[in-house]
Amino acid sequence: MLTLLFDGIAYGMLMFVLAVGLAVTLGLMNFINLAHGAFAMAGGYITVLAMNRLGVPFLLCLPLAFVGTALLGALLEPTLYRRMYAKPHLDQVLFSIGLVFMAVAGVDYFVGSMQQNIQLPEWLKGRFDIAWVGIGKYRSFIIVVCGVLTVVLQWVLANTRFGSQLRASVDDPRVAGGLGLNVNRIFLLTFAVGSGLAGLGGALGAEVLGLDPTFPLKFMIYFLIVVSVGGTTTLTGPLLAALLLGIADVAGKYYVPKLGAFIVYTLMIVILLIRPQGLFARAGGGK
Amino acid sequence: MTAVTQGLRAHASWRWWEFALLAVLLVSWLLLPSHALLLNEVAILALFALSLDLILGYAGVVSLGHAAFFGIGAYSAALFAKLVMPDPLVGMAVAVATAAAFGALCSVLILRGTDLTRLMVTLGVASILYELANKLDWLTGGADGLQGVVIGPLLGQFEFDLGGRTAYAYTLAVLIACLLLARKLVHSPFGYALQALRDNRLRAGSIGLSVNLRLVAVYTVAAAIAGAAGALLAQTSGFASLDVFEFHRSAEVMLVLVIGGTGYLYGGIFGAIVFKLLHDLVSAWTPQYWNFWLGLFLVVLVLVGREKLMRPWTWFGAKR
Repeated sequence: MLTLLFDGIAYGMLMFVLAVGLAVTLGLMNFINLAHGAFAMAGGYITVLAMNRLGVPFLLCLPLAFVGTALLGALLEPTLYRRMYAKPHLDQVLFSIGLVFMAVAGVDYFVGSMQQNIQLPEWLKGRFDIAWVGIGKYRSFIIVVCGVLTVVLQWVLANTRFGSQLRASVDDPRVAGGLGLNVNRIFLLTFAVGSGLAGLGGALGAEVLGLDPTFPLKFMIYFLIVVSVGGTTTLTGPLLAALLLGIADVAGKYYVPKLGAFIVYTLMIVILLIRPQGLFARAGGGK
Repeated sequence: MTAVTQGLRAHASWRWWEFALLAVLLVSWLLLPSHALLLNEVAILALFALSLDLILGYAGVVSLGHAAFFGIGAYSAALFAKLVMPDPLVGMAVAVATAAAFGALCSVLILRGTDLTRLMVTLGVASILYELANKLDWLTGGADGLQGVVIGPLLGQFEFDLGGRTAYAYTLAVLIACLLLARKLVHSPFGYALQALRDNRLRAGSIGLSVNLRLVAVYTVAAAIAGAAGALLAQTSGFASLDVFEFHRSAEVMLVLVIGGTGYLYGGIFGAIVFKLLHDLVSAWTPQYWNFWLGLFLVVLVLVGREKLMRPWTWFGAKR
């Protein structure tokens, strides 16, 4: 029971790291990026390829995945994404679906369609018991890493100059630009970091979620759930939503395996029915 | 007759190319008997895209889960034929009714929230149905698909043959019937009200239109037509499988509609023809990576501006 809860939390934290970049693009640029999972997949593949073909140790792969996908994001933002911000949502959806299809087929072409496995280092395998609660080592590793990331993100957003610039741009890009902030640069940086986090999440999650070319399609809905249920105006919203999702999904699949992913979808629809702006949206938000 | 009614009449009157298009559709059955199977697929896709056009092009609802209704139609037609009776027309009626009822039920979900919420909810509904069809394997055959569906002869005398001529005639009849119905609908006061609320929901509401009621109505009609398309697929192929609910299908139909152009009813037909041709061409060349080219096409399409696709004369020439 508690093990289940623990697994759910680990899963939720992972989802949070994967989806937080999406929350930012959505809240900041009002851009529906269905291709977010493609960045996560990129991170996962960077890790797998670096480990299996080049023999890079796992811990070194994680920052590698982050940097690699962040660079990818920084490359794509000014060339492709920036033109999309002002377009209608239909265009954004079509555009990002197109990117997903390309990513799926591209990975299929270069790496192959089989499931990729990650060899975890010895010290992360197995589990230990605390008060008769079995806890997977790797899962606690995920929780620690993601927890640290969350705290850092929150700190950056709340206490640094860049954080306040970002928040200003979220609230009103035009006024922020008028005050002399380089909104484009902030967008670029944020997008890159968001993609990097997705890549890191993909690298961490390759073992838990599985990694094959259809990854972006399979988990797209999960990322979107986190963001739409959590709302995009705060960090805590998506975090709580991700935890809720993780626990509901793990518990649901354990107790009622017949129903599978049902519980999550139903939960989402019900929540969105009652609170279309997300569970934790600020009242009276402009968007 | 006032100027306004005159204007509306003129807008609703038949154009020459609409007659031409219908004529081409009919003639295609006579002249291309060897391609009937392919044409059948095109017509089903066109019908599906037509139903999406009603909610996307006219009511402005962005949906990522339109396959839900397509799948409902396909499975209910197949199940009805397998368990109750094989007559295709009764099966069609049942499928359409089921899809419409389900559409009415789901329409409550799209009334509130932003585009994102709507995307999520439609996507979620389609995913739930996919899971449902997957898990209820005693009824739907699960991942193997629903096999052993035997469809009786059309009107009691025309068997569905391997060449697909009966199937295509049947599909064509349903397509044209739905097209006429949709045409009637969008040129009625109801259709104009839809366009008003697409352009500005708040304003439409404040001039006294009941926005929600109309959204429910159009969503139900669109679901019914999508159900008809699904039923056609199931009946003409004698098979229903999980892929009718897949995300791919929802995305594909959106692309088809966008290729053809939204908001004038015929976009689905043109889009379906172009899409199938493209699909056949690219698949013949590189079967496995068709998705890549599809994706590239989408990206380029949006970057260039999708409204330009159907207006070749704007491709070259000075920018304003």
